Amino acid sequence: MSKQGQLAISERIAMRWGPLWTLFYRYGPPHWSQLLLRNGWGKRLVIGVPYLWLTLFFLVPFVIVLKISFAELRLAMPPYTPLWEWVGDKAIAIKLNFATYSFLVHESLYVSAYLYSLQVAAVSTLLCLLLGYPMAYGISRASPTWRSIFLMLIILPFWTSFLLRVYAWIGLLKSNGVINNVLMALGIIHEPITMMQTDFAVYIGIVYSYLPFMILPLYTNLEKHDLTLLEAAADLGARPTKAFFRITLPLSVPGIIAGSLLVFIPAVGEYVIPSLLGRTDQLMIGRVLSDEFFSNSDWPVASSVAILMLLLLLVPIAAFQYFQSRELRKRT
Amino acid sequence: MNERRTDKDEPWKDPAASPYITIENVTKRFGDFLAVNGVSLKIYKGEIFCLLGGSGCGKTTLLRMLAGFEQPTAGRVLIDGQDMAGIPPYERPVNMMFQSYALFPHMTVYGNVAFGLEQEKLPQAEIRRRVAEILDIVRMGEFAQRKPHQLSGGQRQRVALARALVKRPKLLLLDEPLGALDRKLREHTQFELINIQEQLGVTFVVVTHDQEEAMTLASRIGVMNRGEIAQIGTPRQIYEFPATRFVADFIGSVNLFDGRLVEDEPDHVRVACEEFPNLVYVDHGVSAPPNSQLWVAIRPEKIVLDRERPEGTDNWMRGVIKEIAYMGDMSIYVVRLDGGREVRVTQTNVARKGADAFTWEEAVYLHWDPSSPVVGTG
Repeated sequence: MSKQGQLAISERIAMRWGPLWTLFYRYGPPHWSQLLLRNGWGKRLVIGVPYLWLTLFFLVPFVIVLKISFAELRLAMPPYTPLWEWVGDKAIAIKLNFATYSFLVHESLYVSAYLYSLQVAAVSTLLCLLLGYPMAYGISRASPTWRSIFLMLIILPFWTSFLLRVYAWIGLLKSNGVINNVLMALGIIHEPITMMQTDFAVYIGIVYSYLPFMILPLYTNLEKHDLTLLEAAADLGARPTKAFFRITLPLSVPGIIAGSLLVFIPAVGEYVIPSLLGRTDQLMIGRVLSDEFFSNSDWPVASSVAILMLLLLLVPIAAFQYFQSRELRKRT
Repeated sequence: MNERRTDKDEPWKDPAASPYITIENVTKRFGDFLAVNGVSLKIYKGEIFCLLGGSGCGKTTLLRMLAGFEQPTAGRVLIDGQDMAGIPPYERPVNMMFQSYALFPHMTVYGNVAFGLEQEKLPQAEIRRRVAEILDIVRMGEFAQRKPHQLSGGQRQRVALARALVKRPKLLLLDEPLGALDRKLREHTQFELINIQEQLGVTFVVVTHDQEEAMTLASRIGVMNRGEIAQIGTPRQIYEFPATRFVADFIGSVNLFDGRLVEDEPDHVRVACEEFPNLVYVDHGVSAPPNSQLWVAIRPEKIVLDRERPEGTDNWMRGVIKEIAYMGDMSIYVVRLDGGREVRVTQTNVARKGADAFTWEEAVYLHWDPSSPVVGTG
């Protein structure tokens, strides 16, 4: 309904001077930061900083460990042979020692430690999932006020030292600890139950410590679910349990994978919990690694153990990466 | 579309016909908020019934009570004579098409449509046959293996419709079915919906805030305002004979005047309005005591613009054209009366070149037929 001849001054100028003026009029002269961003330098800067960090503090140490794993033990400083030596003036002799690796693969102590670590991590992950899924589900369906209270409660234990919390479990689990004393006082048992230095204690410790890492990604996933999908399922004749297994569960698979890997990967290399609560006849690989390094001072073996553990974990990490990138692609 | 229907398609006129859905004094409260307030409705088999109203008028809540997602605070809902109280959504003979479509993102088009049939535990062969059949009707057969995120808005809408229809419900509920579509696609889909409805003989209850959509789709419209039904009628009744000031104002555009009844005869009335000097002569009676306050509604397209002064003393006013909007098929004029009140008039652009067209600031006379104004007290 606008009449002719009522254009704003800026519009009239824009008509005469064309798009060049329009740009200048709207944005003013270009700023150096805009030029930087336009050429993609800003992007490179943002990505570059974490890359530099990871290179300095992750890749370089890793290469050093890899190097030591191919060396031989010697009684000197440092306690391993160098990887390369100058032979005369113009030649370098590189000596790769695979003996440590073949020793690890053939020595049953290490093999069983690896397998036991995988078993403990797998069972703990499963337990975390079974416990964590209903909790995450409940939190995601609670009212917004309760939701933040519940999330606070999940995160609250992190405010206390991890080590202290594991020590506290000793007080609960030991033969004259809280649990045994209460059960005996109630007359439910007459002899204290041995809980310390068992698999049970390790599972309790790991599940207790890592449960938030399962709950939080699951919650993030479940909270985003569109609840009208469940209404649609009900409308099409699906009972609530059926709707859960056909709709909610499949849609929460990315959350399940993320949570499981966040528990599984650190659980394999867990050192503190099995050392404090676990069996003495069966070590986990993290403990073996630390013993080789600090007690035996066998740096090549310790390094090889670390490298093999990394290879072992590479499979689930790669799986995690794969699923994550697939998720990202799905969203775009 | 309503013109095509004959009297036997209008079961609401037959007192002996039994309604398919009966909503009796239904009230729904959310805390302190009264979403639906004592609504009673009868909807008959084969109807396309539109619940029309602005946001927050309670139309969606009413629909959700039919689907079983909400339980009425008071009153009864009967579908096919059966009281629906306490019957969960998954046991109702009703399917719903959601506003957001609510397609299952992890399933293919086929999986989405088959989902409802799988709940009935039908044999796989039968499921395959019926899914293929309904996908053909909505012309989505070749997209059966696509995931929802690979479809356009219009395609998703058709899948949602197929998923709701494949169970052959007696009653289909549609929540703003065309809201997410662009204008061209919407017009096309409206007629497609009507065709499918006639082909399958399903009763539709449609919730919409778009009156154009309601006008084209509906056999009857229930206009809702603040949780109550303001008027129920065919699109023509609602538009031409609005029962209340709210309905007159809500449906289409209208010029509303407040007036006083000065002459009341069985075959006509005369109304005096403050905003222009002449009387309004209406050639039908109104049941109101003399001198009572009432409203007069005149639709913009029923007013004629003229350069000549009309004869007589009734049904015309004088003003100056303040705004013109050229719409192609017609033009909208905003005329300011001598008293300052602005009146909206639309004129069909019959001549192509428009050499004699009205222009800004031109003084004009506005007049209308005595049958055009609607007068009411409510």
